[in-house]
Amino acid sequence: MSIELEDIIKPENIVYKKTPVLTDNVMHYCPGCLHGVVHKIIAEVIEEMGIQDKTIGVSPVGCSVLAYNYLDIDWAEAAHGRAPALATGISRLHPEKYVFTYQGDGDLASIGCGEIMHACNRGENIVVIFINNAIYGMTGGQMAPTTLLGQVTATTPYGRDAKLNGFPLRITELIAQLDGTCYVTRQTVHTPAAVRKAKAAIRKAFENTKKDKGTSFVEIVSTCNSGWKLDPIQANKWMVENMFPKYPLGDMKDI
Amino acid sequence: MAKFRGAIVVDKEKCKGCGLCVAACPAKVLDLAKEVNGKGYHYSQMVNPEACIGCASCGLVCPDAVITVYKINVQ
Amino acid sequence: MAEVKLMKGNEVIAEAAIRCGCDGYFGYPITPQSEVMETLMLRKPWEETGMVVLQAESELASINMVYGAAATGKKVMTSSSSPGISLMQEGLTYLAGAELPCLVVDVVRGGPGLGTIQPAQSDYFQAVKGGGHGDYHLIVLAPASVQEMNDFVDLGFELAFKYRNPAMILADGVIGQMMEKVQLSDYKPRWTDEEIEKISGDWALTGKKANRQRHIATSLELDSYKQEVFNQKLQAKYREMEEKEVRCEEIACEDADYLFVAYGSCSRICQKAVQLAREKGIKVGILRPITLYPFPTKEIANLAKKVKGILTVEMSAGQMVEDVRLAVNGLIPVEHYGRFGGVIPTPDEIVEALEKQIIGA
Repeated sequence: MSIELEDIIKPENIVYKKTPVLTDNVMHYCPGCLHGVVHKIIAEVIEEMGIQDKTIGVSPVGCSVLAYNYLDIDWAEAAHGRAPALATGISRLHPEKYVFTYQGDGDLASIGCGEIMHACNRGENIVVIFINNAIYGMTGGQMAPTTLLGQVTATTPYGRDAKLNGFPLRITELIAQLDGTCYVTRQTVHTPAAVRKAKAAIRKAFENTKKDKGTSFVEIVSTCNSGWKLDPIQANKWMVENMFPKYPLGDMKDI
Repeated sequence: MAKFRGAIVVDKEKCKGCGLCVAACPAKVLDLAKEVNGKGYHYSQMVNPEACIGCASCGLVCPDAVITVYKINVQ
Repeated sequence: MAEVKLMKGNEVIAEAAIRCGCDGYFGYPITPQSEVMETLMLRKPWEETGMVVLQAESELASINMVYGAAATGKKVMTSSSSPGISLMQEGLTYLAGAELPCLVVDVVRGGPGLGTIQPAQSDYFQAVKGGGHGDYHLIVLAPASVQEMNDFVDLGFELAFKYRNPAMILADGVIGQMMEKVQLSDYKPRWTDEEIEKISGDWALTGKKANRQRHIATSLELDSYKQEVFNQKLQAKYREMEEKEVRCEEIACEDADYLFVAYGSCSRICQKAVQLAREKGIKVGILRPITLYPFPTKEIANLAKKVKGILTVEMSAGQMVEDVRLAVNGLIPVEHYGRFGGVIPTPDEIVEALEKQIIGA
C-alpha cells in the first residue's frame, strides 16, 4: 500500500506544532541559536499548564532582551541584571501569579550577581531561567563571567587567563547552597532528549511556584555559534566537549 | 516495514537554515534546500520523506518553531 | 474625625503610605530616613491593609522591585537618602522610560560622595533634571512641614498615576527628622483588581487575557524614528505638567521690594528672615516652590516684574538658583545664598546676605 504525503499531512495527524503561546514574530536570534528552543519549551509549559493569563515574564538585557516579542504573555523588560528584583516586586504583590526571569550569563552572573543571590536567598516564589553560553552575544562576543579558561572572546583575544580575568563562575553551584532555593538544576537543549529533559525541568519549576516552594533555578547550558565563530552543529559539539566538563548537567537540588 | 509513517511541513519563509533539524533526524529525512527563501536562507526540507517516522526530533530541536510534524500508524 | 498626632516626618511618610492605600514599599536603610521602613515594619500593614513591605539588599534592588511592582498597576513606593538615590537613578530612568507611576521619597543629606548625614538640599539637580540618562523628568514635590510629608504621599501617587510617571518627594534631613503636629489622612482602601483594571487596564501587567494583546513594560525601542516619536510624547507630557501642575506659595509678597526663593526647610527659615528684615524696614517676601518640577517659572517671572532683586536660599552651593535665573531672564539681579555640607543657614545670616548681595550690591 503506498501512502501519499497528503494522507499524512492532515490536521488530525499533527503530533508536534508551534504552541500558540509563541507569537508569530520571527525571532531575531542568529540561525541555530538555542534561545529559540528555550523560549519554545517555556511557551509549551505555559500552554500545557494553562497559565498564560497568570504568567508574567521578566526579560533581561542581552540577546534575549526582546523575549517579550516571542512569548504571548505579559512582560516587563528589566535593566541589566535587575530582573530578579523586578520579579520580586511582581511576585510579592501577586503571589497567585507565575513569575519568571529569563537571563543570560552576563545579566545574571555578572552585573546582576547581587540581585539573583538575594532573590534566591529570600526564596522568592519565582522561576529563574539562566542561559549560560559563556559569552556576551548581544554586544559582540566579549568575555562573560562563565567564559572558560583559554576561551577566545573579543575581550580575551588571547584566551581567558585566570590571572588577568579570574575564573569561570559556576554560579548555579553557589545558588544551590542558598536555603531559599527549592530546585536547582543544569540542563541543555542540543538534542531531542535534552530538550525533553529541559522542558520537564522547567515544568517542575513552574509547578514549584504553584506549590509556593520558593525559588526554582534552571540553568540551560547553551551555545553562541556567532560569538564562538562556529556553525550551529559545530557549536553544539563544542558545548558538549568544552562546556559540559566545567558545567556538568543534572539536578543540584530538588526538595 | 516501519510501524509509523510521518511527514513534516516546514514554514520555509521563517526557517533560518541552521541545520539543527537535519542533524537531529534519526532517519536522515531532512536536508537543507539548494534554493533559498526570501531571507536568503537554505531552508530545511524533506529529501527522503518515505523514511520519516514522525518522531518529532526535528521539531523539538528547531529554535524557530517552524516545523509541524504529522504521524500516522500504518499497521 | 481627623486624627492629629505629634510625629516625625519620616514616620509620617510611612503612616501616610498605609493610609493612602499603598500596595507595596521596597527600601534599604540609610540615614536620615531609616524611620520610614522601621515604622512600616513596626506597623505591620500587611496584616491591616495587605500592604507589602520588604527590605531589599540594595537601593538598586529596591527601585527595581518598585519597577516590577509598578508595572502591574499597583501603588508602590520606596524611600532613601542622597547616596541611595544616586544608586536608584538607573531604575528611575527605566521607570520614566516605561511610563510607570511610583513614589520615591528622598530625605536629602549632604554630599558629594558619602558626604554627611546632616540635612542638605544638594539633590535638587538629580531630582528635577532627570538624574539618570535620557530626556525625562520626575514630578518633584518639596514638603516644608511634617504635614506636607503626610499630604504629598497621596498627592505624589495621584500625580504619578495621572501622568504615568515617577513622582518624588524631595525632603531633607530637617523635615524627615523633626517632629510636628500632623493631621493624618483618613484611610483609603487599596485598589481592588477591578479598580486597577479600570485605572490602568490598558497597560498594567495583570496577566494576558484571551481578549487583549499582551502588555509589555519596556523602555526599549530599537527603531530610532519610533524612539523619537516616543520622546516627543514624553515631552508633550512634561509640557502638560508644566501647564497644569505647578504649585507654589507666596508669603508676604504683596508689598515686597525683594524676594526670597526657597523651598523645604529653607523656606521655613526664610519666614523668620522675612520677619527680621521687615523689623529693619526691608520689605521682603518669599516665593516657595512646592513643585520643583514642574518649576514655578511663570510665577517667579511675574514677581520679578514687581521686586528689585531676588535671593535664593538653599542648603546647597546653588542649584535651584539656576532655574530662578532662567525664569527671571536677566530682568533683575538674582543671587544665591547657601550653606552646605549639612550646615543649616540662620535667619540672621540670610538677612545679612540679602543686604550685602542684593540691596547693597
